[in-house]
Amino acid sequence: MVNYIIRRLLILPITLFGVTLLIFGMIQTLSPEARSALYVRDIPKSDAMMNGIIKQYGLDKPIYVQYWRWLVGRKDSTGKITGGILRGDFGYSRSNNTEVIKLIGLRFPATIELALYSIVPIIFVGIWLGVLAAVNHNKPIDQAARVFSIIGYSFPTFIVGLLLLMFFYAQLKWFPIGRLSDWANRVVEAPAYHQYTKLVTIDALFNGRLDIFLDALRHLVLPIITLSYVSWAGLLRVTRSSMLETLRQEYVVTARAKGLPEHDVVNKHARPNALIPVVTIGGLQVAGLLGGVVFTETIFEYPGIGSAAASAASNLDVVTVLAFTLLTAFILILANLVVDVTYAFLDPRVRLS
Amino acid sequence: MSENQTNQIANLAGELPERKVSRLERFLGPEFYRVIKGLFRTPMSIAGLVLIVFVVLVAIFAPAIVPPVTTHANPYTIPRDGFSSTPKDPGTVWNRNAPPVPFWYPILTGQTKWVHLFGTTSGQWDIFYGVIWGTRTAMYVGLVVVGICWITGILIGSLSAFYGGWLDEIIMRITEIFMAFPFIMAALTLSAVLSPVIGKGLTAPMTALIVFGWMGYARLIRGDILSVREREYVVAARVVGVKDFRILLRHIIPNAIYPSLVVASLDIGSLVISFAALSFLGIGTEVGYADWGQLISFARNWIPSLSTYWYIVVFPALALLVFSLGWNLLGDALRDIMDPRMRGRGA
Repeated sequence: MVNYIIRRLLILPITLFGVTLLIFGMIQTLSPEARSALYVRDIPKSDAMMNGIIKQYGLDKPIYVQYWRWLVGRKDSTGKITGGILRGDFGYSRSNNTEVIKLIGLRFPATIELALYSIVPIIFVGIWLGVLAAVNHNKPIDQAARVFSIIGYSFPTFIVGLLLLMFFYAQLKWFPIGRLSDWANRVVEAPAYHQYTKLVTIDALFNGRLDIFLDALRHLVLPIITLSYVSWAGLLRVTRSSMLETLRQEYVVTARAKGLPEHDVVNKHARPNALIPVVTIGGLQVAGLLGGVVFTETIFEYPGIGSAAASAASNLDVVTVLAFTLLTAFILILANLVVDVTYAFLDPRVRLS
Repeated sequence: MSENQTNQIANLAGELPERKVSRLERFLGPEFYRVIKGLFRTPMSIAGLVLIVFVVLVAIFAPAIVPPVTTHANPYTIPRDGFSSTPKDPGTVWNRNAPPVPFWYPILTGQTKWVHLFGTTSGQWDIFYGVIWGTRTAMYVGLVVVGICWITGILIGSLSAFYGGWLDEIIMRITEIFMAFPFIMAALTLSAVLSPVIGKGLTAPMTALIVFGWMGYARLIRGDILSVREREYVVAARVVGVKDFRILLRHIIPNAIYPSLVVASLDIGSLVISFAALSFLGIGTEVGYADWGQLISFARNWIPSLSTYWYIVVFPALALLVFSLGWNLLGDALRDIMDPRMRGRGA
C-alpha cells in the first residue's frame, strides 16, 4: 500500500503541472485586451498603453518565460517579486471590479457553508435508499428507487431548482432566495456583530442570534435540496449494486445460515463491506457538487463561487472564470487523492498488496 | 481415454437440445441479437425506446409540425410575435410573424389561425416553435458531440493500449489532467474562452463539451483492449505474422468496442443536459435560437413570478426530460444486458 500511495503522490505534481499548463494555454488564446486583466484593472484605452503593458509585464517574452512568471511572479523595477498565481494573484475581475483573489475570499465561505450542509442529506439519504433498494431486490421499493434514480439522472439541477422556486418561493412563499434577509444582513454588517468563520449559521450561533441562524437556514433549505437531489441518484445506484453484490457473498450466506436475524446480517455484516466501493465515487460526488453549485447558486441568487463563476462567464470575464476553474480543479484533485488513499486503507485487497 | 468414456461424452453432447437459431439472429450475429432482444424485454427499456422514437419523429417532422416562417432565413431562429417584455399565456392569438398553418392544426384545434400553444417568453419568442425545433438542436448536439468524443476516445485509447510503454504512460497522464477538472466548470470555461473567438452559436459549447468529454471512452477502450489483447486469437494472429495495425483494426477493436458503445448511448442524455445547462447560463447559442436551455434561461428574469409564467420553464423542461429520460432508460437497460454478471439472470 505504501508503494501505491507513493506512486499516487508522485503523479500529483504532474497532474497539477498539467492543469496549470492547460489553464495557461487557454489564457494564451484570449485577446490582448482580455489578457491584460491579469495585470491591470481597466481595459487599456490606447495602443500605447497596451504596448506599455506588454513591455512592463514581458508579454513579448518566450512562452515558457511567460508561463513561469504567470505561475510564480515576476521581479518589478525595485527587484521585489510580485504577482504569480502561487501567491494568489489571479489578476482582476473586471465584471466585479475587484481583484479575483478578493472575490474568492468573499464568495468562498458561502459555498463551503452550502456544501457542508448538503453533504449530510446527500450521504445519508443516498446510502439509505441504496441499501433499502438492495435489501428489497426486485420488490416495489427497489423498482421505485430505480425509477427515482433514473429520473434523477435525467433532471438537470437547474430545472429542479427552478421547479422548487416555482412552488416554494413564487407560489407558497415559504422559502426566500439569497443568503440572508435584508434585516439580517444589516445586523451582520453592523460592527457589533463578529464574523468569526464567515459561515453565517455558525457565526449567528457564536453571536447568540438564534433569529439570524434560523433566517440563514430558511435560505439554505431549497439550495440544499437542489444540490443533494442529483447526487442521490448516483449514490443510490452505486450503493444498491454494491450491496446486491455483497449480499450474494458466502459470508453473508453463512451469517444467515447460522441463524442471525436479517437485521444484523444487513447492518453488521453486509453494509460495512458494501460501502467500501461507494467510497470510490467520492471524487465523482465532489465533482458533481462543484458543478452543481454553479447552477444552484445562480438560480437561488446565493452569493458563492458558483454564481460568481457563472456570471463572470456570461459576461465573458474569462480571467475570472479561469481562476475559479483552477480553484475547483485543485479542490477536485485533492478530493480524489483523499478518496484513493481512503480506499487503499479500507480495502484489504489494496492495503495488503 | 477409454472407448467407453468417449462414448459417454458423445452421448452427453447428443443429449443437449439443439438451440433454434432464427433468421434474424443469424443476420445480426449472436451478440447483437442478444442486445436487441434484451431491449424489448423490460418495460423500462421499452419505455426508453418509445420516448426516443417519439423524439426522433418530432425532430424529423419539425417542418411539418411548425413550418418555418418563410421570411426567416434560418428556421432555427424562433419567430417573434412583437417585442413586448411580458410573456404571453398559452392560447394567446399569434399576431405577427406567424408560421404557415400546417394540415394537422385545424383538425386538432378547430382553429384556422395560429395561437401560441405554449405561450411566449419575454421578447415574444414562441415557446412551442422553440420546443419543436429545439428537438433537432438537441438531437444534433447529442449525436455529434458523443460521436466525436467516442471516435477520439477510441483512437487515443487504442493507441495507448496497443503500444503500451512510455506512450501509454504519457497518454494516461494527459487523460488524468483533463479529468482533473469538474466537467461542467471546464466546459463552461472553455466555451467562454472560445465564444469571443468564434462567435456565439453551437460551435463554442460543442467544442468545449468534446474537449472535456473524450477521456472516459479512451480509458474504457484502453482497458478493454488490454484484456482482449491477451486472448488466444490475437496471439495466434501475431504468430502467423499479421501486422500490428491490422491486428488492432481487425481483431482487437471490433471485440473491445461494445462496452464503449453502451457508455456512449448513456452519455447522449447527460450531454444534452450539459449543453442545455451552458445555454441556460447564457454561454452558448444566441438569444432566440431554438434550443431548450436557451428558452428556460428566459425564466431567470421572472423568478419571483414563476408561478404566473410557469410555462417558460415547464414546456422546455418537459422536452428535456423526455429526451434525457429516453436515452437514460435505454442506456440503463443496455448496461444490464452488457454486464456479464447479469448474463442469463434475466435482468
